[in-house]
Amino acid sequence: MAVVKLDSGYNIGVAPGSCRVTGHPEPALGKNTDVEQDHKLPTLSIVSTGGTIASRIDYRTGSVTSQFNANDILIAIPELADIANYRTIPLATILSENMTPAIWQDLARAVHDEIRDGARGIIVTHGTDTMAYSAAALSFMIDTPVPIVFVGSQRSADRPSSDNTMNAVCAAAAATSDLGEVAVVMHATTSDDICSIHRGTRVRKMHTSRRDAFRSLDISPIGEIGYPSRKVTLGPHAVLRETHSLALHDKIEPHCALVQFYPGMSPDLLKAYEGYKGLIIAGTGLGHVSTALIPALGRLITGGTLVVMTSQCMHGRVCDRVYDTGRDLLAAGVIEGGDMLPEAALVKLMWVLANENNREKAAALMQSDLKGECMRRSAYGL
Amino acid sequence: MDYKVLGLVAGIEIHQQLDTAEKLFCHCPTTLREIPEHNGEFFRYLRATVSEMGEIDRAALEEMKHHRKFQYYTYDSTCLVENDEEPPAPINDEALAICLTIGKMFGMVPVPQVHTMRKLVIDGSNTSGFQRTALVAFNGALPNGGEIETICLEEEAAQRVKDEVFSLDRLGIPLIEITTSPCMHTPEDVQKVAEYIGMVLRSTGRVKRGLGTIRQDVNISIANGARVEIKGVQELDLIAEVVKREVQRQQSLLELRAELCSRGASVSHDDDVTDLFRDTQSSVLKKAKKIRALLLKEFAGLVGREIQPERRLGSEMSDYAKKCGVGGIFHTDELPAYGVTEEEVASLRSHIGAGERDCVILVSGAGDKQAMCAIAQVAKRACIAFSDKPVPEETRKMLESGSTAYMRPLPGAARMYPETDVLPVLIDEARWASVTVPELLTVKAERFIKAFGIEKNYALQLAASDKLPLFDRAVKEGIKPKLAAFTLLSTLTELRRDGVDTRKITDAAYLRTLHAVEQEHAAKEAIPEIFRSIAAGSSFEEAISKLAPSVSRGELEAIVRKIIAERSDFIAQKGKAALGPLMGVVMAEVRGSVDGKIVSDILRKEIDAAASSRNS
Repeated sequence: MAVVKLDSGYNIGVAPGSCRVTGHPEPALGKNTDVEQDHKLPTLSIVSTGGTIASRIDYRTGSVTSQFNANDILIAIPELADIANYRTIPLATILSENMTPAIWQDLARAVHDEIRDGARGIIVTHGTDTMAYSAAALSFMIDTPVPIVFVGSQRSADRPSSDNTMNAVCAAAAATSDLGEVAVVMHATTSDDICSIHRGTRVRKMHTSRRDAFRSLDISPIGEIGYPSRKVTLGPHAVLRETHSLALHDKIEPHCALVQFYPGMSPDLLKAYEGYKGLIIAGTGLGHVSTALIPALGRLITGGTLVVMTSQCMHGRVCDRVYDTGRDLLAAGVIEGGDMLPEAALVKLMWVLANENNREKAAALMQSDLKGECMRRSAYGL
Repeated sequence: MDYKVLGLVAGIEIHQQLDTAEKLFCHCPTTLREIPEHNGEFFRYLRATVSEMGEIDRAALEEMKHHRKFQYYTYDSTCLVENDEEPPAPINDEALAICLTIGKMFGMVPVPQVHTMRKLVIDGSNTSGFQRTALVAFNGALPNGGEIETICLEEEAAQRVKDEVFSLDRLGIPLIEITTSPCMHTPEDVQKVAEYIGMVLRSTGRVKRGLGTIRQDVNISIANGARVEIKGVQELDLIAEVVKREVQRQQSLLELRAELCSRGASVSHDDDVTDLFRDTQSSVLKKAKKIRALLLKEFAGLVGREIQPERRLGSEMSDYAKKCGVGGIFHTDELPAYGVTEEEVASLRSHIGAGERDCVILVSGAGDKQAMCAIAQVAKRACIAFSDKPVPEETRKMLESGSTAYMRPLPGAARMYPETDVLPVLIDEARWASVTVPELLTVKAERFIKAFGIEKNYALQLAASDKLPLFDRAVKEGIKPKLAAFTLLSTLTELRRDGVDTRKITDAAYLRTLHAVEQEHAAKEAIPEIFRSIAAGSSFEEAISKLAPSVSRGELEAIVRKIIAERSDFIAQKGKAALGPLMGVVMAEVRGSVDGKIVSDILRKEIDAAASSRNS
């Protein structure tokens, strides 16, 4: 079907043979009004991985526009100009489900360079689907003295009700705040009142579509930003600005996997992971798989795969010392993953295995807290 | 008034809610709720977004003049789609089918593939900031020779509770929008076409009924005037009046322009006059943080002149100013008043340099920015008044009386954006061919008049009634059509108005009652009492035995004779005229259990007999 736009603005679909192209309109040139930036304000760098913040449909191609510069963003969200001046780095224009560990590395390098070059804070615009993975990746790959804030929108930027504006404004406020770690800033509630600041290694997208989909699990958010006041309040557990010196650890081992156990799962499936350097299991309850799977896991471990157990419960800590199956898993060489989220554990495993060749040391690292991902105490309930 | 000479051109858009099980883009029921039933609230800000052509719609820009926070009420019958927290479901096929039926009834051509659009509406009535709408059919015909341009399937907006608070129960109910060409030339034409379209819609039996389920927007212009869209005319009877008043308004604005031009009117400067009103007794000005004044040269007397009942040029200026969030304006044509004294007016005039022939506008705001915004709006409206186009193209809302107030500029095509979350729907030939067209209510009513001898009034009511299947069944079972129709349309309605819960009268109880009447077990007159009793909880048998105990003819004759014997003097005095008063006495005695006609027959016979025995 050919899509025809009528004078009234309505589109209709008609059979391609039933209409004739009589000409092409002049391409509409975007109005290029330059927005003045206030250079007395702090400088923030916006690194874009897929323009969810200022995107709109390109009617000529039917796709989302990929142009991305500070000007576009400031035209779309004028409130940002009151907070900072901006440098923009268009790193990638991908849907976040197409994110890869290789792009995490590019992202980490770009962010590192921006901080080195004096950015007061970093905003990473990112699709929400895998934002938590990328935030975890940067948490491990960069020691940062400044805030690195991931932000996106759950409701597309081309709708008047989009959460993009408020999220971006709150992200900029967080990026100029006293925070000194990798965080995700998104709506805290369904209303346009507060954004939460989540630690990059403890955050998870918990809803497919709601604005307040992002939640900190087993930890309270590390801060919040009021809207429209833009007042940033950091929690006592937030890592503050300048706590760490800048360092880049950009090695990553992509041959790692995450597999969710389910009742009746065939041990044959695990053969696919032979040769993998690491495997995270999202087990049931306290961290279990069926007895039938344990020999297959044992073979993987013997073959050199580091296998770490997490729980599909999301909340709570793994303990393989309570039931027989758990003890059998430990005996087979499975490492308990503490209270790590399965996704954060996967990213951490990729990072640990790229940076530590010694299996025992790598296993010990997996059970240590590096960036708030693996807490020693379970202080926070559901 | 000769509307042809004035060049009146009018078209209408009719918005009618469809009676579907589910909403247009989610699976929530289409039921309206009471405000106290809401189970949650949230709030949002809305922002104008650019169209896919890169423009911002002018109507949207006007709504953005001040930052507005909208609050929404949720119910256990609304979901995340209404909250704009979930992508829409596919378009409701039941609603699309009704639109196709209506399209076919108007002889229209369906769109080969239906594309859902987002129509930018940022007045808060849609949580998303747009109304989803799809063009379904075009090129229809009206009996008056006019044209139905398009049929669109739209989602209903949220109901405003007050100010910027909205209730989400109504949001998403399917709505058909029928747009006529500008084919009407008198106020009465417009009303007639609206009535006809309404009748066609009701003929489907698939549209919602009751106040607020149908709304008419009227597009009006006269020669040298401009197209004005008046939104939300709910009462059909008011349409002609609305058209008349808009013609009057446009004429008045044209006359005002002539006078302003001949006077050489202009918009002069504005100034901060907060200090002049430091000690004012005016409650409005006392609260204001900033007061600004605008000098309109040669405007005196014209700002306060009526252009439509209860509306002045000043009201138009006030509406424009309100877009900045202020409560309204004062102008010197109406001052001193509202607590503003003569001395204050004099000092205002002298401060701003106003002569006798000038008018000064006062605006009070919560801050300088707001006051300046409002003054700019008033200046804009004042300039329009003496410009080449003194009637601005506007969307206006109907006020109770039929006059109108400014809402926003007419929107353009820039407000349309594709709804990327809804897939297009193909209307192929097979689907279009399978659409069946129902009989028009008027045709159906004609049939009832002919077949059953029912009065036209009842026939039309019956044709539109949701009780029609019950009527058909009653007639099929041998009940007299007039009795069945009268009972359904008149008796039940009267009882309902009387506060009787007629929903408790089942179809079976209705049919058994009518059968009892037909078989002379109960009198027609007893029907209301039987229904009352059933509605109050009695079974049909209890109601009948209580209210219509069977009385044999012999028993009835005995009762009549006894009554006549007790009142022999009365009969001697009145003769045959005693029949009427005695009817009541006998009917009371038999408690309505016997048909009135039988009673009157026996009564007449017995009165005659009594009279002849006296004479003999």
